[in-house]
Amino acid sequence: MTPQWIAVIGTSLLAFTLKYLGHSVPASWLSHPRIQRINTLIPIVLLTALVAVNSVTVKTKIIFDHRLAGLAVAVTALLFKLPFPVIVAGAAIGSAIAYHFKY
Amino acid sequence: MSVKRDSFSLSFAVGAYGTAFGAASVTAHFTVLQSCLLSLLTFSGASQFAVIGVLGAGGSAISGIATATLLGSRNALYGLRMAPILKVRGLKRIVAAQVTIDESTAIATAQKDEADQVTGFWHTGFGVFVFWNIFTLLGALGAKAIGNPSAWGLDAAVPAAFIGLVWPRLNDRKSRLIAGAAVLLSLALVPIAPAGVPIITTALLAIIVGWRV
Repeated sequence: MTPQWIAVIGTSLLAFTLKYLGHSVPASWLSHPRIQRINTLIPIVLLTALVAVNSVTVKTKIIFDHRLAGLAVAVTALLFKLPFPVIVAGAAIGSAIAYHFKY
Repeated sequence: MSVKRDSFSLSFAVGAYGTAFGAASVTAHFTVLQSCLLSLLTFSGASQFAVIGVLGAGGSAISGIATATLLGSRNALYGLRMAPILKVRGLKRIVAAQVTIDESTAIATAQKDEADQVTGFWHTGFGVFVFWNIFTLLGALGAKAIGNPSAWGLDAAVPAAFIGLVWPRLNDRKSRLIAGAAVLLSLALVPIAPAGVPIITTALLAIIVGWRV
């Protein structure tokens, strides 16, 4: 089995388990303020780290390339409060242009 | 019946960005079938992007699963919130659990009337499910058809999707500080840790800060 298949199956099983758990456990188990606070911060750190790693790294090296142009377009689109598909498509276009100019 | 209309428009808007997921997933070397299965079975946008993001960057299946699972943990809290409103058991609870996501919970909890909360949850949950899966397939097939992902900017679509997901959460000083720390920590670890580890390690920042403050 390839790593991709393991990831698809493992992620799906655990994702459902978490969803089902929420519907089934007594409310007091997950309503501790500490759990709530950590739960608010988890997406912030993981998503930000995913932005960083997917923008400026190739394997174990830090490399600045055409993807940064795409990221700049995405940030600009976000500052103008444009909708999600525009952000993603804009980033792709910006990155593609930079790629063709060999950045 | 404005709750049904709201559910539909949100479902379509959110579902359409399944195109970005499908394309990104194929770019990260998942097959079209694997991409579609992630949308059908995992059905949680941030977790799906995370698993393909980690493996696409060369990370192991384990670190991909761990990152995606931590991102999916908020769905458990949504379930906790929705259970007393929905009051479902058995098979219906299984279905409700699967469509417990950001959007279905957001629409439901925005309604005053309890009947509207239930309607909003189911309509948005099913609506996003249907559109998200259709558009994932289209995005995956599209990306497969066009070849070199860099030439079409698809390698930048992945970080752009992540920044779009995290942006609304960076609404105070504390969030922005911890996000900055996550960037520094993950990039500092990239040259020395196996791929995927730099990302999941930032969860420690959330645990340390969330524990104390």
